[in-house]
Amino acid sequence: MATTPYNLSHALLASSKSLIPIILVVAFFQLVVLQQPLPDLFQLLGGMLLVVIGLSLFVVGLEIGLFPLGENMAYAFARRGNLWWLLVFAFVLGFGATMAEPLLLAVADRAAAIAASAGAIADNHAARSRYALDLRLTVASAVGLALVIGLLRIIRGWPVYYLIIGGYLGVILLSLVAPPEVIGIAYDSGGMTISTVTVPLIAALGVGLASSIKGRNPMADGFGLIAFAALMPMIFVMIYGLIK
Amino acid sequence: MSGFLQLFLQQLWQTVYAVLPVMVIFLVFQFGVIRRRVPNLKQVSVGLVYVLLGLALFLVGLEMALFPLGEAMVAQLTDPAFIQRGISQTSEAVVIHWYDYYWVYLFAAGIGFATTLAEPTLLGVAIKAEEISGGAISVWGLRITVALGVGLGVMLGSYRIVAGIPLHYFIILGCALLIVQTWLAPRSIAALAYDTGVVATSTVTVPMVVALGLGLAASVPGRNTLLDGFGLIALTCLFPIVTVLSYALLGKWCSQFNARGKSG
Repeated sequence: MATTPYNLSHALLASSKSLIPIILVVAFFQLVVLQQPLPDLFQLLGGMLLVVIGLSLFVVGLEIGLFPLGENMAYAFARRGNLWWLLVFAFVLGFGATMAEPLLLAVADRAAAIAASAGAIADNHAARSRYALDLRLTVASAVGLALVIGLLRIIRGWPVYYLIIGGYLGVILLSLVAPPEVIGIAYDSGGMTISTVTVPLIAALGVGLASSIKGRNPMADGFGLIAFAALMPMIFVMIYGLIK
Repeated sequence: MSGFLQLFLQQLWQTVYAVLPVMVIFLVFQFGVIRRRVPNLKQVSVGLVYVLLGLALFLVGLEMALFPLGEAMVAQLTDPAFIQRGISQTSEAVVIHWYDYYWVYLFAAGIGFATTLAEPTLLGVAIKAEEISGGAISVWGLRITVALGVGLGVMLGSYRIVAGIPLHYFIILGCALLIVQTWLAPRSIAALAYDTGVVATSTVTVPMVVALGLGLAASVPGRNTLLDGFGLIALTCLFPIVTVLSYALLGKWCSQFNARGKSG
């Protein structure tokens, strides 16, 4: 298992290289296009150093912590033939992680304010917090269900593009009929709701499951969970906007 | 220094707070259903601490170095006074055309590309992809391809806001491309390609792209921040898929071409 080439010094070097483009872009626009000095060089360099150290620690932590944790979970369920429990686990994980996501909390509050100003709901505190909570429950159920369907796809061996292309077509069709104030929120709720820590866990879960089932290819079948978990909330939120 | 420490503890607390439910769920299923010890428990725990500390440091660094500067730059670049600078002031009424925003488009493409390369989740997924593809997909190759897609998406999205073209035209166009490419491209790459779209728009990219979208929507006359400010994220999710599938398609055609050359 421990075939990782990513020890800390290796990671530090790779992270520093990853930051060069940002430094170049920012420096070019600040100095050449806007023709202004760089503000507070000490803070800038200090911040960049923290970014490099942070990114390196994160990557090493992924390799030795999050990836093995997710993969072992998938192996353990598959080995014991407990695939139903795996689906239950996936739903609880998707639902729980999404409900706990601070970014979604902020988006839901903003959505409630927009809906209130558009006259879709009463403009008082109770109605707004009710709307925000319903929205979060909708998105969290969507993520949970997406993980269940996505894992079921790996178990059954359905081609991934059925789900993704179907999902995108659903998003387009719903965009044409959903109320406009809900569409922006729906798009936002897609990409943002799965956090930096949950994504590697979900990826490891899919890859681990695909490599422990005979006849599945971890490359072709293991990925795709994250994309589907981002599409499903868009569809659910637009449906929620339609029936609300 | 105390300001830094406060910021760090705040970010660490937020990260822990968001991760705690996930860890509780893992523990419940590990001990309640699987009933077996986690293999390499010590190493995994160290890894989790690394992830939390790393993420907190990363976010503090971004708050210190990138986000305030980036937001200030967006505000200056989208300022009508800056846009008009390049236009001759001889005509009575200054009309700003969509192409007068060329610095904005270039900035959009550059910052989209650059922030994607610093994206931690994309790095994680790229490492995983290199590992299970046996090196056929390289970490840097995948990340650069994805970053090109994000740059393209942010640039097109900025153009859309300036020109006032409805978002779903671009989404429908992107989806049509996606369907054709999925049909043509090698089967094994599709799933990874779809995932990269979401993974690329995360911790670093989203705040910069949202700032750009809101800044443009606020400064271009006739745009609504609530309705036009979004959308950029949707496009930045879509276009990396297109570039990754294009790259795979190009590789497939090249190898077919070479094979034909050898046999003929």
